[in-house]
Amino acid sequence: MSLTHRPSTGFAYLLPAIAFTAVFVLYPLLQLVYFSMTDKSLMGGGGYIGIANYVRAFNDKAFWQALRFTLLYTAFLTPLLMGLGFLLALLTMRNSPLPKLTRGIIFLPVVIGLGSSSLLWFWLFDQQVGLVNRLLVDLHIIAQPLAWFTAVGTGFMAICFSITWKVVGFAMILFVAALQSIGQEMEEAAIIDGASYWQRVWRIFIPLSRRTLLMATLISAIGSMLAFDQFYIMTGGGPRGQTFTTVYFVYQNSFVFFKLGYGAALSIILAAIILAGSTLQVWLSRRSAGS
Amino acid sequence: MSVAVQPSQKRTSFKRLAFNVACILICTVMLAPLLMSLSASLKSPSEANLVPPTYLPSVYSLANYAKVFNYQVGLVTYVWNSLAAAGLSIAMCLMLSVPAGYGLARYNFRFKEAWFLFLVATMMLPFQALLIPLYLMFAKIGLANSHIGLALVHTVIQLPFSIYIMRNSFEGVPKEIEDASYVDGCRSFTSLRRVMLPLVMPGVVTVALFAFINSWNEFLAALIFLNNEKAFTVPILLVSVRTGIQGAVDWGALQAGVMLSVVPCIAIYLLLQRYYVSGLLSGAVK
Repeated sequence: MSLTHRPSTGFAYLLPAIAFTAVFVLYPLLQLVYFSMTDKSLMGGGGYIGIANYVRAFNDKAFWQALRFTLLYTAFLTPLLMGLGFLLALLTMRNSPLPKLTRGIIFLPVVIGLGSSSLLWFWLFDQQVGLVNRLLVDLHIIAQPLAWFTAVGTGFMAICFSITWKVVGFAMILFVAALQSIGQEMEEAAIIDGASYWQRVWRIFIPLSRRTLLMATLISAIGSMLAFDQFYIMTGGGPRGQTFTTVYFVYQNSFVFFKLGYGAALSIILAAIILAGSTLQVWLSRRSAGS
Repeated sequence: MSVAVQPSQKRTSFKRLAFNVACILICTVMLAPLLMSLSASLKSPSEANLVPPTYLPSVYSLANYAKVFNYQVGLVTYVWNSLAAAGLSIAMCLMLSVPAGYGLARYNFRFKEAWFLFLVATMMLPFQALLIPLYLMFAKIGLANSHIGLALVHTVIQLPFSIYIMRNSFEGVPKEIEDASYVDGCRSFTSLRRVMLPLVMPGVVTVALFAFINSWNEFLAALIFLNNEKAFTVPILLVSVRTGIQGAVDWGALQAGVMLSVVPCIAIYLLLQRYYVSGLLSGAVK
């Protein structure tokens, strides 16, 4: 059958995509490795300096501070998003009108830009014109409007709140699909056996959607590890550089201070961290798909 | 049995009430920020900058929108820049991923899976790390500050997902349909165009939809690649509105800008919700 299906034709169909990836991903990646071993500047010039940039990154307190802050942000936000996403999925998993509408509305912020949503929340949290302050004062929760972004703690909270609003629908949608694919029979059998709702959640829903839970956790964690927009817009890295994330730190060094060589080394370190995370993701998905 | 019916019915109706209240409460919380932004954008400019703020406009006005419309070189230019980058990115994603998906789904050749891995493995590499070499490359060949350069970066981000979706779509088409087209005398490329393409339309829509949303919203690459005010896309325009003139933020204009940037995404999502959710699921749970 299909004599026209010559193997070389098949490869020819792939060729444009392969060429594109080679030119715009593979070649830049190799260049990046080379740049990371130079003291190249955005202003031009720069020669080979071996692993000096990596040594410098290792001894750079500000880099460790940024990395630590990013890890803290990820470690705080990921369980919050997963837990809340799962609860919302439990609430809205049925396909009747109200849960469906609720699901649609929770998901709505996922489709808008992170830049737009960050500017929206930057305004809502503003000390003078922000409605969050106005509401909290009107409800007598705080006495005076807060300057949220001038302290690390409150700025961190404000950002986590805005990001939860923005992306909790993503995890929820994945969980709803996983929960809906669990057969009704299983649940009915558990009900007949006298299992309470939360027993069913613990014994049936969570174990059977384990794969999706893992995937969503990793996707979300990788996303948080690469956070930039929200911090650039809302805190600007401040106060005193305490809310720089890793990507923000790379951006700052490469494109604000023009230290491209150093920025390239930092990019490689960042890519290695993310690669480790996504390898884990692929490995887990293969493993749970096989079992 | 009959004794137990009444209290359990009462409990069920209480549960239903609690469920409805919870849903409505959550909807309110989720919609409030967008509605508040909309309301602020419709205030008069002076009311939008009032301290403390009002919840709802006392007078409705489109003055904030007029301000954004005339901001610097004019909103039309910025929207056009965003649309051009998004349009080019959609075109490139489709031109690369449709043939690739077809080749992967319908042909057997040496190292096929290895090539597939090569194409989608770039998903594991954060594009943020590639921005330095890409920036230097584009600066050298004159693609910095251009729609084409930005669209190329957005295609780098979106291509692995697009190829993955198109391969799945082509694999979902029964082989008999294609074989029949060969019996009817179609050549490979004609068959792809005339017979297969209409059948994988949902995949094509998904690829285009995600390419659009990604490009329209993408922030970091646009921030780095565009430093000429005339080349700004909408997200970068918004940041420049926030920075304001002489340090004072024009809050009303900023919220009008936020609304303008958000509305296309929401409209497309409402229109193509089905594709959006299915694309998300197949992309994430691979």
